[in-house]
Amino acid sequence: MNSLRRLFAIMQKEFRQLKRDRVSFAMIVMIPLIQLTIFGYAINTDVRHLRAAVSDESRTDLSRELIAMVAQTQVVDFVGTASGPRELEQWIKEGRVSVGIVIPFDYARRVERGEDQPAQLLVDGSDPIVGQAVMQLAQLRLPGVKATATSRNAAVEERATAMTSPVSRPIIPFEVRLDYNPERISAVSIVPGLLGVILTMTMVLFTAVAIVRERERGTLEMLITTPVRTAELMIGKIVPCIGVGLVQISIILCLGVALFHVPIRGSLVDLYIAGLAFIVANLTMGLLNSTFAQNQFQAMQLTFFFFLPSILLSGFMFPFDGMPVPAQWIGELLPLTHFNRMSRGILLRGATLSEIGRDLWPLAAFFCVVMTAVLLRFRKRLD
Amino acid sequence: MQQNPTLQDSKTPPLQPSNGLAIEARGLSRRFGHVVAVDALDLTVERGRIHGFLGPNGSGKTTTLRMLCGLLRPSAGTAKVLGMDVAHAAEAIRRQIGYMTQRFSLYEDLTVIENLEFVAVVQGLPAKKRRVRLDELLGRYGLKDHRRQIVGTLSGGEKQRLALSAAVLHEPKLLFLDEPTAAVDPQNRRDFWETLFDISDGGTTILVSTHYMDEAERCHSLSILDVGKLAASGPPRRLAETLGQRVVEVETATPREAQTALHRAVGVLSVAQIGTHLHILVDEDASDPVGVVTTALRDAGLKGQVTSAQPGLEDVFVAVTIARRKREAARSAA
Repeated sequence: MNSLRRLFAIMQKEFRQLKRDRVSFAMIVMIPLIQLTIFGYAINTDVRHLRAAVSDESRTDLSRELIAMVAQTQVVDFVGTASGPRELEQWIKEGRVSVGIVIPFDYARRVERGEDQPAQLLVDGSDPIVGQAVMQLAQLRLPGVKATATSRNAAVEERATAMTSPVSRPIIPFEVRLDYNPERISAVSIVPGLLGVILTMTMVLFTAVAIVRERERGTLEMLITTPVRTAELMIGKIVPCIGVGLVQISIILCLGVALFHVPIRGSLVDLYIAGLAFIVANLTMGLLNSTFAQNQFQAMQLTFFFFLPSILLSGFMFPFDGMPVPAQWIGELLPLTHFNRMSRGILLRGATLSEIGRDLWPLAAFFCVVMTAVLLRFRKRLD
Repeated sequence: MQQNPTLQDSKTPPLQPSNGLAIEARGLSRRFGHVVAVDALDLTVERGRIHGFLGPNGSGKTTTLRMLCGLLRPSAGTAKVLGMDVAHAAEAIRRQIGYMTQRFSLYEDLTVIENLEFVAVVQGLPAKKRRVRLDELLGRYGLKDHRRQIVGTLSGGEKQRLALSAAVLHEPKLLFLDEPTAAVDPQNRRDFWETLFDISDGGTTILVSTHYMDEAERCHSLSILDVGKLAASGPPRRLAETLGQRVVEVETATPREAQTALHRAVGVLSVAQIGTHLHILVDEDASDPVGVVTTALRDAGLKGQVTSAQPGLEDVFVAVTIARRKREAARSAA
């Protein structure tokens, strides 16, 4: 009974302090807001809007339509017109453009004769992702050429169909994402991952700072001289932060839906349950962090020590299956890995918690192990 | 002023101390790495007394208090607080002590009443008693008008009174105060000591650390600490009496010259100028302190009126530290 009263008193105190701490309060809202907007727009694994230039020596309707079709794919943006292939090569060398399209003076004639590769694609191969994207684009034919040809005569159409056009839409990412992300917008697949990344950063730091700040201000010395128990203190610190985490999930989801049209195909209840487990796991990590850190700066450093592998090895940055096996082992230990799987499953694939619940248990295990370590490490002493 | 020291007794049977001692420490030591902060300290504090820890910064006062509160583990030695061993019964001790830290340690971003309510719950004060007790404390410590004020905006004196009310809120049997008057002006210090005597009258034992001589003089008994060692202990007056006739005062028209001459004189331990007077402490081996000083002045060709004076705590303090330096010098010479 006394224990519950003390727990409640600590929670009440934390809420009051949070209410008056405008900086922290702003951080709760601003961190997800800013991070989501920046990352959502910036992290883009689809190659789009590569800078391109064209050298059109043909100057015919056919060549202009080819250019228009390429532009429509949005894979490239035309930023200039070169006087000839030499100038295009120079621009690529200087890095002014990544892609150059050379349309020779006899382009229209070649197309009508049905010759292969009537135009040429110059690609900056020094960036493998650019190279890959544009080379894929080069393997496909452009429907627009066919359409243009149709209006002329059937024979030309046939030849045009057989032609290996130099430019077309990339097809492999499209195929892969067709079910879940037909518009190939990265943000849709990034947001469920970002949800976990943002929570990892704020939650670990929040509890770590909550304890370390008391240490720095000297109030911890007062607190540990009272009959308050370690578990009461720790739980009292965690509970208000859970509320903060849930608020952040809501902010991110709302923004994700509003800005990036992220679909919510599964149940929100499932997502919040998964989120709750994930939040608690990260909060205990923050508490463990605070048993090592003597000041807020150290707490920050330790948070990053945890944050970086979380980002890199959780499958957020790189596909999990593509990682070396030892890296996967480490990844399996991190809460973010399991939450990523659940949030992607629930939001994008419409999975239910019973289908992907196997990722809940690692979070529960993480909480138990880390909390035990916290209770063993935190001493009501100063030495 | 009524104090009820038996609040805990109503809930748990009182833990009877082995004797009339509130604190009993033997050979208490604490090392931080290679630094010995407290070195084989012996300490006995009788119940109901105000016991002072006098010593300069770094003499081990705070470390000792923290060991007695169970916040630091002793590297060696034992200590019993209210009859319980600090090494094994830290939690039980915590229920019966109050501790006012040297640095203000309540929440600056909460109001006065929020802080007190928090401490009251954490200290296990029954809900029924809470309101009455908090009102009583706010009234007694002049904080009634500051009830809803954010603590960070209080003055030094108000913060100190708030810290004291939080420390005595659960009516502890033993109160630890670590340099409680460091941040307040002289008038507030006087008032504060009046409050301490009230608390003491209620039966609470108080252990207070300080580096002010005037505060030390007010204590019932005193331990003088010097670089982690107990240098002297006893009631302030008796400590001063141990110096006997060793304090001499000189009234002279040329105090600076006289001071220089006396510094060089054999048998003179320290010379301090107080206005036109010189306050001199003479070596304990000297049989005739007044004679030593008179001779030294005459040899330097200076005039002055030499009289024997009443020793004070400051003299005790100086004598103790000089004695230590002499011992150290002798040891390094050998």
